[in-house]
This record gives sequence, structure tokens and C-alpha cells, in this order.
Amino acid sequence: MPLAGDGNLKVISAFFLIPRQADLDETFSVLPRMSYAQPFLDKPQRTDVLLMSPWLAPIMWEGTFNRDILNTQYRQKNLVVGVATFAVKKYVRFIEGFLRSVNIFFLSGHRVNFYLFTDHPEKVPSMKLAPEKRLFIIPVESYSRWQDISMNRMDIISSYIRNRWRYEVDYLYSMDIDVQLFEHIGVEIIDTLVGTISSWQYTKPRENNSYERRPESRAAIPRGEGDFYYAASFYGGSVSEVYKLTTACFKGVTEDRANGIEAKWHEESHLNKYLLYHKPTRLLSPEYYWDDELIRPPIIKVKRLSSVRKNLKEVRS
Amino acid sequence: MPCRRAGKSLLVIGLLTVIVPGLIWLTLWNGTVHYLPYYLPCPETFSMKLQYAEEKPVQLFHQLFYPQPRSLDQKRKDVLTLTPWLAPIVWDGTFNSEILDSAYKPLNLTIGVTAFAIGKYTRFVGRFIESAEKYFMKGYRVNYYIFSNEPQAIPRVQLQSGRSLSIVPVKKYSHWQEISMRRMEAINRHIADVSHREVNYLFCLDVDMVFHNPWGVETLGEMVAAIHPGYYKVHRSQFPYERRSSSAAFIPDSQGDFYYGGAVFGGLVKQVYEFTKACHMTILADKANGIMAAWQEESHVNRHFFSHKPSKLLSPEYIWDDTKPQPPEVHLIRFSTVNKNYREIRD
Repeated sequence: MPLAGDGNLKVISAFFLIPRQADLDETFSVLPRMSYAQPFLDKPQRTDVLLMSPWLAPIMWEGTFNRDILNTQYRQKNLVVGVATFAVKKYVRFIEGFLRSVNIFFLSGHRVNFYLFTDHPEKVPSMKLAPEKRLFIIPVESYSRWQDISMNRMDIISSYIRNRWRYEVDYLYSMDIDVQLFEHIGVEIIDTLVGTISSWQYTKPRENNSYERRPESRAAIPRGEGDFYYAASFYGGSVSEVYKLTTACFKGVTEDRANGIEAKWHEESHLNKYLLYHKPTRLLSPEYYWDDELIRPPIIKVKRLSSVRKNLKEVRS
Repeated sequence: MPCRRAGKSLLVIGLLTVIVPGLIWLTLWNGTVHYLPYYLPCPETFSMKLQYAEEKPVQLFHQLFYPQPRSLDQKRKDVLTLTPWLAPIVWDGTFNSEILDSAYKPLNLTIGVTAFAIGKYTRFVGRFIESAEKYFMKGYRVNYYIFSNEPQAIPRVQLQSGRSLSIVPVKKYSHWQEISMRRMEAINRHIADVSHREVNYLFCLDVDMVFHNPWGVETLGEMVAAIHPGYYKVHRSQFPYERRSSSAAFIPDSQGDFYYGGAVFGGLVKQVYEFTKACHMTILADKANGIMAAWQEESHVNRHFFSHKPSKLLSPEYIWDDTKPQPPEVHLIRFSTVNKNYREIRD
């Protein structure tokens, strides 16, 4: 058997055949040449934060991933991402800031459909979005109580997935409207079931987390259980997983209403119960939803998405 | 006169058939030549469309009590636990087996293991299977597929319930390198014929190794590779990749993430099918060029894992070499080589 004999044999065969480099590349789908620093097994990038959950779900922190590699892998899959957001009553004032910042920083260069639910479609400012971004304005009715507006989002998302979005997008994320992006949020967020660790509670032991504890509520998490406290302001995943999540959470909300109880943090409590028993496949650090009222410690190196300062009492009236 | 004119045209045609291809050749020549192995026998299994068992998503976790994961408390500060493309690197201390088992056990999975015991390598099967019974995927259904040219030489080992062993007859090639490289084709063929119906996940392991510590569902993933114990601290230019550009397994000095070991790879059976197919095709392409990669199919494994990055990596705990002293970052050795005289068993 010829071993390493690339000399003579090649020259003779070469004379009679035409080289087809392009063919070989196509057959073996070579990733385009990229140059990046070598990852070393004994040199972790960050030691100050938890990088993986105990069930091996990666946690997104600045400095742990290379977005160029991720983008190249992502582009090969031809995916469309949907974002559902609600701007009802006085919250319409946040639409412009939201759209302007997501247009620049959210999945830049990739296809995204923004589904904006609002009770005042006429108040949506006309804005030119990047070519891969599309905006769909969907009229929706508002409720008198802001808590109901908040909780019914789950129901709306669930029914839209069932009727429409499962044909339009591969991944779906729910984001609060009263936020702005200051740094890129990219394809590192794309995974089957994704939750964001709350910026208020990421240092707290589970006994002090704001889980619903009353056993009468469907959102109750017993003492001694709980992983992280997830923020309802930003979650998502594959269309089928988000469907299951929103359906289950809204079922909990409805059952609670029938029993005359309302969970401590509304749909966020139900979300936390769901994500405890259906563990996310990827977690986003508080960089991905930072509450502006908090002072940002050095461990949070980047503030990608932050809530907009507002007078809660005024805007919710 | 017709004769002379015919002669002249023949001359012109003759010159054209030499000059024109020559010109095409000169303009397209970029120093390297590659060929598609159209004329080499590709297994018919390459073009089959297989029906796989439905993929089961990891879902409901029942009530469990375990220490809370803390956002600022990274257990392993001494090693890399996540690749730049966000694939977990499985080290002791990064995972909780109880949580993982509570998620995977209800899925009723079957995990397959392939191992090649050809010629004198049949002597390793006994210890391999015995140690696997103690440590490999305990509590799960496991199918061992032992590929051998001498089925009668394979010892019968007592297996626990839910575990089975079947012997796959294969032919023995004359050179040990050929035997090694033909494994890809054999695994691929076997997946197409048998295992795609029987297992959800498949691991392809070397048989001359032994399990020393638990190997569980933390290793399951779409496409799983293991980091070679000999090169995990060196610069990529010193990885023993195939460095000749005429080989289909070529990786230049400035590229490469890790050096993966050919003794351990696996994943969803669908992914292993595609992976072994791709590796076998590059091995055939090299055969057509009369070249054999520096470390046989391990070089091709590395080439493919470089362009199609694995979704999960196993630390050297899962692929250890017993001749090496155990460093502090390797807390426990789960799977490692058996000491042997290579010259004696390879002839």
C-alpha cells in the first residue's frame, strides 16, 4: 500500500485529469478560513463566574465565546428568529427607543421578525429598519389592570405560535418593550430553551429568591428547591419549546385566577416554576437584562440590554 | 490533395488536444491537486436515507434536592469548561449526575458502543466489557457491538439486564493501519444496516482500553469528541495534525482548536452516521492520491471536527493514557489505555 507517496504518483495522474478544488470543498463543506486565538484547556477565560449549570447548560458571559465562529455556524442553518413585544397604554412611549436600539444591536446581520403588539398602532413611529429586520404591528386590546396585561402576554404568544409563528420563525423570544440595547446581543442566545438570570437576584441564596411560596398557587416552588431566579423580561427558545412554556404558564395563571390568588411576581413566578422543572438548555447572564436601578458591579463587564428608567407608578396608571 | 489536407488537419487537431488542455492546466494549477474518488468503491450505505428513532428532547425534571448552583461560584477555576463556540467541556465538578440522570432515565434511551477487536486485539474484549459493565452508563440500556474477524475468539462476558452484546463479522486487512482506517466504513455500514434502529446514541471506542470510573449521561450530546491526553497543553502548531497539503486531512499550522483522540467519539446516531461517512470519504480521497495521513483515521477525525465543531467535548479524564503521570487538573481517570507491546499485537 503506497505510504506518503505524494511525489511521483501525483505528477503522473495530474497530467490526465483536471483539478477540481471547488468540487472537493463542496463535498466536504469546509468552513471558511478564520483565524482566532487558540483555546487552551488549562487557561479558562473567566474564573469569577459560573460558566455552565450543573446540567451542562452554558451560561452566556462576556469573554467566553467567539461570535465569529458562532455566526459562521449559524449562517449555515438559514434560520429566522421572532421577537414578541407588547406596548400597551402608556408603554407606547418606549417603542421608538426599543426599535432604534434593537435595529442596531439585536442579532445584527441576521433575519429577525419583530412582532409588536399594541393598542395604539397609530402611535408606532415609522422607522427604517435594517434590511434583514421586519416589523409587524399587531393591534391588541388592553386590560384595566397592568398585571393582567402582563400575564395575558403568555396567552397571546401561545396562540400566535399555534396559529401563525410556527410557520414563520424557528426561534421565538419575548422581550419587554421598556428596554434598550447598548451592546450587541448575537446568536449566542439561540438555543432550544433560554432563560435570563435576574439582575436583582443572581447573588442570592435560593431561600431568599422571590419565588412564589404559597402552596395554593400553581407557581409555588417548595423550600429547598430552585436553581436561579429567571427574569420574565427576556426569555425564549425554539418555537415548540416556547409554545409549551407559554401554554403551561398561562394555564397556571388561569387556575390561580379561578382560585382567587395571584402569584407574587405574576407571570414571572409561573415562568420560574416552569424553568425549574424544564431546565433551560442555555442561560443568559444578567448582562442580557440589567435593571437600570442597580449599580453595575465590575463582574458584569457589559450591559447589553437594560431597562429604561421610569416612574413605575406613573407609567402603569 | 485530400491526403495532405487530412494530414494537416490531423496535425492541427493533435496539437490542439495537447496545447489546449495544457493551457487550461497551467491557468488553473494552483499548486495543489485534489480528486474526487468517483472511481473508488463508496459503500452503498452512503446514499441510503435512514429512518431514525424519534429524537427525544430532554425535559421534565422531577423534584430533586441538590445544592443550589450559584452564579458567582465556578467550581473548576483551573480548566477551560466552555469552548469559544459554547460547547461544554466535561470535567469532574462541572456537572451533577443526579440532575442529569433524572432527566435522561425517563427517556428510555439505548446507548450503543462500537469496538473493533481484530486479530490479536480480541484479547482486550474481556476486560473492556467487564469494566464497562461496572462503569459505563450504569442503569441504562446498552448495546455493545464488537466488530471482529474471529467471532469465536470473543469471550462471553456476563452482562447485566438491559444490556446486550452482538458480534459484527468484519474482514481483516493485511496492515494494521488499514484495519484502523477501515473502521469508519464499517461503523457507517453497521449504522445503516442495524444500529440506527436499535440505539439513540452511539459511542465509537477503542477496545484496548479499560473503564476505571463512572462514565454517564453527562457525555451525551449531538456530536461528542474527546481531547487527547498528550496534547492538551501545547500550542496548535505542535498538534500532530496532518501537515501535508496534498492530504484531505490537512490542517495548517495556524489553525486548529484542540487535538482530539480517535479512540473516543460519539453522539446521536444520525450525527455519527454523517461523521463516519465524511471521514471515510476523505480517507478514500487520500487513497486516490496515494497518501496516508500521519495518524491514520485520527487525522481525519481531527480535520472533520475542525470544520464541523463538536457540540460537546470530553476532558482527558475520558481518554487517558496510563503511561502518563496523572496531573492535578485530572481529578479522576474514567477510561484509559491498557499497557501493551504494540509491535507484538500489530503483526
